[in-house]
Amino acid sequence: MIEVKKLVKRFGMKTVLRGVDFHVAPGEFVALLGPNGAGKTTFLRILASLSRPSLGLVSVAGFQLPHQSAAVRQRLGVVSHMPLLYGDLTAAENLRFYGRMYDLPNLAGRVTEVLEMVGLSARRDDLVRTFSRGMQQRLAIGRAVLHDPEVMLFDEPYTGLDQDACEMLDHVLREVAARGRTVVMTSHDLARAELLASRFDVLSRGLITASAGRDDLRNENLLAFYRRALAG
Amino acid sequence: MTPVDTTAKPKRSPAPAGVRAYFRAVSAIVWKDLAAQLRSSELLSAMLVFSILVLMIFYFALELDPKMRNTIAAGVLWVTFAFAGTLGLNRSMAIEKDLGCLDGLLLAPVDRSVIYFGKMISNLAFMLIVEAIVLPIYGVLYNIDLLNLGLMGVILLGSVGYTAVGTLLSTMTVQARTRDVLLPILLFPVIIPVLVAAVKASSGFLLGADLTTDILPWLNILIAYDVIFIAVAFMVFDYVVEE
Repeated sequence: MIEVKKLVKRFGMKTVLRGVDFHVAPGEFVALLGPNGAGKTTFLRILASLSRPSLGLVSVAGFQLPHQSAAVRQRLGVVSHMPLLYGDLTAAENLRFYGRMYDLPNLAGRVTEVLEMVGLSARRDDLVRTFSRGMQQRLAIGRAVLHDPEVMLFDEPYTGLDQDACEMLDHVLREVAARGRTVVMTSHDLARAELLASRFDVLSRGLITASAGRDDLRNENLLAFYRRALAG
Repeated sequence: MTPVDTTAKPKRSPAPAGVRAYFRAVSAIVWKDLAAQLRSSELLSAMLVFSILVLMIFYFALELDPKMRNTIAAGVLWVTFAFAGTLGLNRSMAIEKDLGCLDGLLLAPVDRSVIYFGKMISNLAFMLIVEAIVLPIYGVLYNIDLLNLGLMGVILLGSVGYTAVGTLLSTMTVQARTRDVLLPILLFPVIIPVLVAAVKASSGFLLGADLTTDILPWLNILIAYDVIFIAVAFMVFDYVVEE
């Protein structure tokens, strides 16, 4: 579903990604781990077609980036630590706006369905700027799944959330995975990543330094694997 | 597989649907901007108050006799519009940066020129609303009859040129920490031709100059400027918004 070969990303003289190889099969849930500054967000932004690769091959859902970026975006849902929502629009208006950008049929019905899914039906006509951080993140997930994407990218989705909001996000992520969507998530929260993901990749100094499936980690916990990957 | 240089000029991505989907997406952006502004009026009220203040400053600073007023009317008007427009452009793109909304727009499966045209039409609408309110105030203050169809046409053409360039440049500067300072520094040199042509054509209409010899050349410059800058923005916008 996602195929990345020898990906290099430079910002001026600084090389952030140094030849990343990455493969995700359909339905897989990959947790991309790594320290601050490892290049996780840059990597996800390239997969989301928000940033252009300097060198290398990137394909998502069978379409090449950056040449077929519109087709990739049609199949992609992105949740980051920013909600990507308009504070002066209501929850329903935000979803309706994004639905129109995705040219979705039967939009009114879909907006109602998504608001129910993220538990915001009662607040559908409230302005987003009056929402708590947790509610904004719930609506951000609603925005990301509105067009029923095949691939979902989560960039540090737990940032700034309280315990209740984190549990709600766990529930939504499990639902997303249960629907057979392909998921790539970056997170510093190893405990949560361990519970949710089916594979763990460590990105360090611009390279994937280790990769292990859930079954490969029977003899050690994720923290030990992560430390070993960083030390190596 | 060998790595390829992806910095090469890309082919435009195929749009998922046709021309109707393109215009639906443009109208969605315009609707979103107008709906948000009708609710908060943050941008419009700032532009309006600023315009009226500039007009008042000119009024008290210049203390012009009635003959001179007609001569400089167009200049005062366009300086006011240009200053107020900068405020509006800055705020309009800053709203897109709040809560990461610009990324939300960029993630939509549409050609990115949709975002440019949507934002440009919204900015143009805000500018025209402010102009429609400022013009009668100016007419009363300076005792000038501004109800002139030709003048309205010039204001429309000038505003299109201003927002065509302004939307592109404000998209570039919105990423910068010093965006409030950077936008006027980049914008004003580029819009000098449109401002000069708009002032000359407006003056021509207000002073009753000959249409063919005195006004038409300036109108042609305005039209050419509008067409060229809209075309340039259409071609480069994809590169401007991508990292």
